[in-house]
Amino acid sequence: MAITITVNGKPHSVDAAPDTPLLYALRNDLELNGAKFGCGLAQCGACTVIIEGKAVRSCATPLASVAGKAITTIEGLGTSAKPHALQKAFMEEQAAQCGYCANGMIMTAKALLDKNPRPTEAQIKKALAANLCRCGTHNRIVRAIQRAAKEAA
Amino acid sequence: MKNKKFTEGRREFLQQSGAIMVGFSLAPAAFGQQPAPKPALLPGSLNANRMLDSWLRINPNGTVTVFTGKAELGQGILTALAQIAADELDVSYERIEMISADTSRSPNEGMTAGSLSVEQSGTAIRYAAAEARDILLQLAATRLGVTADKLAVGDGMVTVGGAKTTYWDLAQNVNFKREATARIQPKAPARHQVIGKPVKRRDIPKKVTGGSAYVQDMRLPGMVFGRVVRPSSRRAQLESCDEAAVRRMPGVVAVVRDGNFLAVAAEREEQAIKAAYALRDSAKWRESPDLPPQGMALYEHLQKLPSQDSVVNSKVGALAGGGQVSTLEASYTRPYQCHASIGPSCAVAQVKDDKLSVWTHSQGVYPLRQHLARVMRMPEPSVTAIHVEGSGCYGHNGADDVACDAALVARATKGRPVKLQWMREDEFGWEPYGSAMVMKLKARLDERGHVVDWQHDVWSHPHSTRPGGPGSNLLAGSHIANPLSMGTPENSPQPSGAADRNAVPFYEFPNQRIVLHYLPEMPLRTSALRTLGAYANVFALESFIDELAAAAGADPVEFRLRHMQDPRARAVIEAAAQKAGWKPKQKGDGSRGRGFAFAKYKNLAAYVAVIADVEVDRRTGKVQVMKAVAAVDAGLIINPDGVSNQIEGGIIQSTSWTLKEQVKFDRQRVLTQSWADYPILTFPEVPAVEVVLLNHPDERSLGVGEGSQGPTAAAIANAIANATGKRLRDLPFTRERVKAALA
Repeated sequence: MAITITVNGKPHSVDAAPDTPLLYALRNDLELNGAKFGCGLAQCGACTVIIEGKAVRSCATPLASVAGKAITTIEGLGTSAKPHALQKAFMEEQAAQCGYCANGMIMTAKALLDKNPRPTEAQIKKALAANLCRCGTHNRIVRAIQRAAKEAA
Repeated sequence: MKNKKFTEGRREFLQQSGAIMVGFSLAPAAFGQQPAPKPALLPGSLNANRMLDSWLRINPNGTVTVFTGKAELGQGILTALAQIAADELDVSYERIEMISADTSRSPNEGMTAGSLSVEQSGTAIRYAAAEARDILLQLAATRLGVTADKLAVGDGMVTVGGAKTTYWDLAQNVNFKREATARIQPKAPARHQVIGKPVKRRDIPKKVTGGSAYVQDMRLPGMVFGRVVRPSSRRAQLESCDEAAVRRMPGVVAVVRDGNFLAVAAEREEQAIKAAYALRDSAKWRESPDLPPQGMALYEHLQKLPSQDSVVNSKVGALAGGGQVSTLEASYTRPYQCHASIGPSCAVAQVKDDKLSVWTHSQGVYPLRQHLARVMRMPEPSVTAIHVEGSGCYGHNGADDVACDAALVARATKGRPVKLQWMREDEFGWEPYGSAMVMKLKARLDERGHVVDWQHDVWSHPHSTRPGGPGSNLLAGSHIANPLSMGTPENSPQPSGAADRNAVPFYEFPNQRIVLHYLPEMPLRTSALRTLGAYANVFALESFIDELAAAAGADPVEFRLRHMQDPRARAVIEAAAQKAGWKPKQKGDGSRGRGFAFAKYKNLAAYVAVIADVEVDRRTGKVQVMKAVAAVDAGLIINPDGVSNQIEGGIIQSTSWTLKEQVKFDRQRVLTQSWADYPILTFPEVPAVEVVLLNHPDERSLGVGEGSQGPTAAAIANAIANATGKRLRDLPFTRERVKAALA
């Protein structure tokens, strides 16, 4: 059964069961690497995408539930050559070690900054409270988000 | 157009490896040829990989290819090694391309572990590049008709007067197929241009833009998705399962049943997951309760297990010259803990024409290849293992095991490559854990407040059961119908040690005795978790130092300095105290307090002192580490931001271990399945971290990746004691424990 989803402004037809987690359609059908499998339980945030302005866990979002909705992945933000302010700030602050969680951090931060362009440090930490990082780069991630906010202002 | 990046990458790889087959020569010993009698000892990994062309190649297109057997684990090693090569060769950093950990083309440097990559691979590359530069300059001198000492070189351009040539012109004629001599001294630190600079990591741009950065991102033509079904408990035996029903499920390509090993492959990833869960639900296992008791009973149990006891260090000196002597004793414990990588382990495998290729985030592609070949009953040369990054591993996680799972499934998919990723519960349930440990310390103080003797007993399971050695250390190897058993794990001897790592004090005590009670039998498989035993031993040792300082009425920093001769250790201790504004004998206020701790990792690597500021909520028992200040001496620093990143990350990870983490199990099964069962530190709980680097450009580089974890644990314990007057000796310091201690 084909389901049409709109990702980064473009429609894509995906032939998969309606209960297929969006994550697998993004990674395997659309060949987008950004969203990562971390837990499949919406606990860690590695799979985060933005759906209609909200940071959403794609590992626990059935494909059928997002048909017709505007989905943004990290690939929709920018590229290595033309990075989004947040991606640039992560590079500047060297805000990664393994970087596996970085997608979720950036997409959650994007949703935050879209609503609150000048968040306090406490507001950033609160927004990221359910995004897990294991390498311990949290403080660099917070600095990167502050830098991106400042540059956008 | 399946996975453009990886298919291209692969084509490029095949082309390159074709070219390399001509030019790449292994060390003579690797082919069992007669080595020259007593070859000279060469520095770092050059000693075991002696040919210059196994380390670098000058390309006519203006680039330099540097080969390393070490793998990028998110620690920034490939950036640091490229910095070293650029400086020694006199070429710009951008020209260096790194090839790492690939059994078809990289040197064999064993494991990427132990904070040794800069020391081992960095040293080899330094000497190999210095010698390569010398060879290039000799060649240039001949071509330009001058002596080499007249030549100037900058970014690969060699000039004398108006005449010039370049490395790239010379590339066709230069012959690096020769044994390294290490006779050319690397540059003096004053001449470093790239070493010592906070060069930006090469791997970060693709990681923050959705580039293909991890083995999880690989896509090969015709690839299918695999999932594994583990036994219901550690020694469970499969009685039955409904393979036929699973085979009929949508998209299922293969169901593999081999003894107690169960797995599936399907066209789509979600189909593989559904099939694996159906297979799991249909399986009946025979199992028995054979896990140790939980809670504090675990530590009594550990001390009763059959142990191999050895005195790993002892010193007998003068005893106190009379007067009052006081004796202190204390026991400390550490539970089983997880690596808990954010991305579950993953591998891609393909079996084609009786050859196996595996793309893996293993820390040791050569040892993995050896054990894979045994499990697969294939000759080792038929197996290729290629490192591709995974999620951070922090030691021996599921990386090697999942490579074996993928290989076993790839045998059933008729040549189609298989990408197999563990589910979250596979990783938590089956990764090898950091061992539970008991440390018992005893010391005597003389009337002047000096330690006159010191005893440290440690009980621990093994800290390395990685591939390598006899048998197979791969999980599925023990589950298949024709199983291979694991070789008996051995404890690495001092001075680095493993279970006893950092149990030997770096302080000067006249008498000491360090005893390891090694527990080789593992009801729960244990292996290398970042720092091995050092985290727990330093936690115990540095907590006990504070307990002794308190008994002696001394300030903790002054008490440490009182027993420390090493000038670099003293400098690090003093630098941390100064940076944090340490006030001698400052008391906590009941909830806020400050703690100090120091260690030189392995007594061989970086010197690290940590000061932690904590706030204890006496009502809830919650401990918040507000801030940590660290001072670090890592010898010659290659990349200061890289060093800081490792120290910051180590402090935060250790704060998480120390406050929150323990594996849960009952007598039959591991109960830790998801992040809900294994909470780790979250953003609001993370301390601010400040790092002071003491650069010693004339000293050799010392590993930093594992330097801060032990001191952090003890600094937190000491800060809680300073704040509340209560000494916590059992990790982790959960709310329940802290609340109970303060009640």
